[in-house]
Amino acid sequence: MSVKLGLLALLAEEPKYGARLRAEFEARTGGTWPLNVGQVYTTLSRLERDGLVEAVGEDAEGRIAYRLTSTGRSEVSRWWLEPVDRDSTPRDELVIKLALAVTVEGVDVHRVVQTQRTATLKHLQDLTRLKHRASAGDRDTGPDTDSHDTAWLLVLENLIFAAEAEVRWLDHVETRLAREASRPRRRTSGTPTDEPTDEPTNERGPGHEQGQPTTSEKDHHRTTA
Amino acid sequence: MGTMGTTNTPILRLAEVTRVHGSDATAVRALAGVSMEVHAGELVAVMGPSGSGKSTLLNLAGGLDAPTSGQVFVEGEAIGALRGDGLARLRRRRVGFVFQDFNLIPSLTAAENVALPLELDGQRVRRARRHALAALDLVGVRELADRYPDAMSGGQQQRVAIARALVGDRKLVLADEPTGALDSHTGEDVLRVLRERCDDGAAGLLVTHEARHAAWADRVVFLRDGVVVDSTGQPATADSLLEPTA
Repeated sequence: MSVKLGLLALLAEEPKYGARLRAEFEARTGGTWPLNVGQVYTTLSRLERDGLVEAVGEDAEGRIAYRLTSTGRSEVSRWWLEPVDRDSTPRDELVIKLALAVTVEGVDVHRVVQTQRTATLKHLQDLTRLKHRASAGDRDTGPDTDSHDTAWLLVLENLIFAAEAEVRWLDHVETRLAREASRPRRRTSGTPTDEPTDEPTNERGPGHEQGQPTTSEKDHHRTTA
Repeated sequence: MGTMGTTNTPILRLAEVTRVHGSDATAVRALAGVSMEVHAGELVAVMGPSGSGKSTLLNLAGGLDAPTSGQVFVEGEAIGALRGDGLARLRRRRVGFVFQDFNLIPSLTAAENVALPLELDGQRVRRARRHALAALDLVGVRELADRYPDAMSGGQQQRVAIARALVGDRKLVLADEPTGALDSHTGEDVLRVLRERCDDGAAGLLVTHEARHAAWADRVVFLRDGVVVDSTGQPATADSLLEPTA
């Protein structure tokens, strides 16, 4: 997505000038995507050039408000209707980093995983604190507070889900690596039918390769790993 | 969150705790030289794969198991020195457990369940009930006092279990996968209650494999093969990572 569509969506409500667009964009997305005023004005002039918005005129303080043209309006409508294109999502550095870590000689993959897990959990703790505060209702009140609070909570929860998914994936990486490490090296025998299948004895995670007791553990929810 | 500040004596302290099951060739090291502290006002989460020693850690902290070497201190007292009666008293007076499957007694009402540890400790029924009602109030289920567990939802039962864990002046709550049997929304409510009890001065040690739940803690400790491999450290002082320029 571009800033462009976000601004068009806000302008669909009513004409607005640049600084207000910026403030509303940030208020409604919880500041997850900070914009500077320059960026907003550059985008607006590009939108004007492309015939998606037009200037309404200056107010008493010399601020130029913009409104959607009919082309702009249909652009916004199309955006609401179409799914977000995941192919154009930026590539995830962590995925690339781990893919390289497991293939490049001499990298301590477990350490890479743990360092990331700790960092991601810290991030998750911060997000959780923000959510706790937001849902405790001690945020500034004002017009539109309810719907803006909901928007902010949804943004936070999206980040929480993403961080959680990352931790789960990191757990999965470790489990898979442990499984690979404990698997007999059959591939050298060269028969394609030897292609290993999942071995149930290794199903429960890396700890078990050390022969740890299982009776005191309650990890049957780990089956997702 | 975490506004209580910390006092000098931790509510729970583990000093170089090692637990080996079995001996000689069959010996299995469940914990190896683990040290940690949990202060009043703090919630600490322990994460780790299956077999990493999480439950052993919790059992040692609550005096349900004894370390092979090292010491466990609850409110400054070394519990290794306690025997039979002393240990039972510790568990009644100072430590509360919260389990995945709630562990409420089905034939007792919520208030009776919560009052039970106090009554076992010799308190009069009426006084115990008063404390139980206060504890239920703190976890937001005062109105369920006279209900039986089977007439409560899982989330409500777990709140009652938290009340039972902290009734009277008990300060240490040990929670083993307390959200494991709950849906994610209810699980979060339970974590919120636990968090609030800790903000109010309790010390909490939480074992979980759910990152989202561990994130309610002030600190997350990672255990692997019986060793603490990492920790998220103290909570960030910055108010928000999303308002870097504020």
